[in-house]
Amino acid sequence: MTILLILIPAALVLGALGLAAFMWSLRNGQFDDLDGAANRILVDEDRPKIVKPRE
Amino acid sequence: MVTCCAIGPALDAGSVFAGDMMPWVTQRPDGSFELEMMIPGMTSPQTISTVEEALEGLPGVQFARVNFTGKRLVAGWQDAAFNPNIIAEKLNELGFISRPFDPRDSGLKADDEQSRTLLRAVAVSGFAAANIMLLSVSVWSGAEGSTRDLFHWISAGIALPTIAYAGRPFFRSAVRALSSGQFNMDVPISLAVCLAALMSLYETFNHGEVAYFDASVTLLFFLLTGRYLDHLMRARARSAVSQLLSLSASSAMVVDDGGSTRIIAATALKPEMKMLVAAGERFAADGIVLSGMSEVDRSLISGESNPEPARVGTAVHAGMVNLTGPLTVRLTAAGQDTFLAEVIRLMVSAEQSQSRFVRIADRLARVYSPAVHILAGTTLAGWLLWTGGNWHVSLMTAIAVLIITCPCALGLAVPAVQTVASGLLFRKGVMIKDGAVFEKLSGVDTVVFDKTGTLTKGSLQLANLPGLSLRDLALAAGLAATSRHPLSRAICEAAKSLGVRPVTIDNVEELPGRGLRGMLGRKTVKLGSRLWCEVPESTDRGLPEFILIRGQAKPVFFTFEDELRDDAAAVIATLKAQGLKVEILSGDRDVAVRRTALRLGIEHWQAGVTPQQKLAYIQSLRDAGRKVLVVGDGLNDAPALAAGFTSMAPSSASDIGRTVADTIFMGESLEPVLVARDVARVTQRISIENFVLAVGYNALAVPLAMMGFVTPLIAAIAMSTSSIIVIANSLRLTISIPRHKLTAHMASEKSLPAIPHFVRRAA
Repeated sequence: MTILLILIPAALVLGALGLAAFMWSLRNGQFDDLDGAANRILVDEDRPKIVKPRE
Repeated sequence: MVTCCAIGPALDAGSVFAGDMMPWVTQRPDGSFELEMMIPGMTSPQTISTVEEALEGLPGVQFARVNFTGKRLVAGWQDAAFNPNIIAEKLNELGFISRPFDPRDSGLKADDEQSRTLLRAVAVSGFAAANIMLLSVSVWSGAEGSTRDLFHWISAGIALPTIAYAGRPFFRSAVRALSSGQFNMDVPISLAVCLAALMSLYETFNHGEVAYFDASVTLLFFLLTGRYLDHLMRARARSAVSQLLSLSASSAMVVDDGGSTRIIAATALKPEMKMLVAAGERFAADGIVLSGMSEVDRSLISGESNPEPARVGTAVHAGMVNLTGPLTVRLTAAGQDTFLAEVIRLMVSAEQSQSRFVRIADRLARVYSPAVHILAGTTLAGWLLWTGGNWHVSLMTAIAVLIITCPCALGLAVPAVQTVASGLLFRKGVMIKDGAVFEKLSGVDTVVFDKTGTLTKGSLQLANLPGLSLRDLALAAGLAATSRHPLSRAICEAAKSLGVRPVTIDNVEELPGRGLRGMLGRKTVKLGSRLWCEVPESTDRGLPEFILIRGQAKPVFFTFEDELRDDAAAVIATLKAQGLKVEILSGDRDVAVRRTALRLGIEHWQAGVTPQQKLAYIQSLRDAGRKVLVVGDGLNDAPALAAGFTSMAPSSASDIGRTVADTIFMGESLEPVLVARDVARVTQRISIENFVLAVGYNALAVPLAMMGFVTPLIAAIAMSTSSIIVIANSLRLTISIPRHKLTAHMASEKSLPAIPHFVRRAA
């Protein structure tokens, strides 16, 4: 049964990773614009993320 | 030649925002600046990149990010000297009406925040439920001794913090209900979750066999999902409504003492300021005309469809439209004596007298939650007697009863189906502000319509077209081409629809309150009021009219009428066929209302009704036990809208009308009234089915639980299956009302009166 000592933490850590990823994406605004995200993949040209240099 | 179509719609509230953007700019902690705008016109996905690319191409703009769901835009820049008004100008150039938007006051940020909190709780409880279930399955499969204890301990370690975190919405609501001496669904929920967790913890301490950690966490997960759906629905409607309101947030031009003019936001207007209102503009505040002569459209205020003259000393109200000439207005205090203040006072009293509507879920909860506690109590007492005072077994069985009866499927029964239904209606331009509206709409037995702007389009159309010669029409259209008066515009539209080319007329001048004058060759032509054209008064037909005078020729009459919405007759007929009583309550004059009522076949109508009388009438209907749906748009309808059992307003309604109405519909058609009611009835039916399924499930399981046969395994299965069945049943709504059918149906207004076929299919 010592295998449990590896398996249970492994299962919990993986689950927690999923939860953390979800929380991160939520905080990062990835759920703010679901319709927009669905449509943006259809935008043809790749636009570089414009970060203009500080003046 | 000037064409008529070049004339902007005078009644359109959405003119360009002319104010300064600076007050809406926020500075971020890193020193950069941000501006949020609402762009309600962003409906096609292509606009995302159009807008973003155009704005990022502006010198100085660092980023522009569109939120397509919320129809919002955030733009940012570094340089403090950057003029944010350029952003609005660029958007205007692209053809979008935009408004600055302060997320802090609009309540939308609060909604976003709450929905994030709920979603986080759903995620946490989902994570916990999955992991505890994994451990529980091992226990049920036969883990024993110290292994079982270990699993229980780990479960406890996950479950207790989860319950403390994700259970808060329920605990808070339960405490609130109990402290006001009432029961709601959250009381048994909180009790079941807490007792099950505490009892399981006790069992874990004592190396017991049975723990209910999985049940209490799964319960939370399902219930939070229901709550999140409910919240999502309301937040979506609220966001759409605030978009609409933002469109009419207007600006005003004020004249300083020195005579210079500047444009300020309407909210910054103060009494005693002098406001300049050009022809075609909407008054941003109440006031008294200081100078100028014009006509005003007060249809949103009083329901009166004919323009009225305005001269020095005339009182004007916010919401009226100035039609013909520029006016200078001295603003009056927004004190107790203004029309708006009176309407608001009436509305507040109407809302207070409104008996609180008890939603079906709450009504059920009043019966259900005491029943649950009695059942659990009886079980406890029964087992104590039976086992001769074995507290441990008795308590475990009682908790099993609490868990099994926990209204997990009940919590999902209504939100699930209402979310589906409101999504369906939302795509059709009908915004339901609250789930309770579905329940109210399905119970309605009387519909009271306002006339102007609700049954009618709210704009005047040429009524005596068949009696006119095309030559006269072309002449009148030539005179009217540059005028913004609604009668002139109606003439131009009629000419355009017949393909009549307006005659070119020289030296056209508009005399506010009188009419238009110009030269055709050497002859003077006039188009205007009876008095000005020196035509003797005849029997008043009650319709607005223009008279065309060409030299010495016989005067030609143009009469106008506020045209009915295209499908009004069919909608009224269908409502009556469905057994509803239909009435008209209008502030317009007797003649106009009678004609409308006759044409629509409505027997009960009242004309010239003041807001007070409207309110009193709706209240008298309510006291007579009728459930009234009030459909209206004006400021004068607002108290009646508030007093109605439920209410609808077109999106063209006054701000206050849109705010107070339960449901808002877009577009030229009146059919949303029918569609909303039909969808509400199907929704209500499926909600009740869901209740029956959920309660029936419990009824089967409760005797087993009371007899002590329910193990955590059975509890888990019962709970999940009933929830899944309820959700599956809710999704039936989209199948019952096929989307393409609804679209085709809404798009072709002419296909009436074949309205409720999709609902019949569903039934």
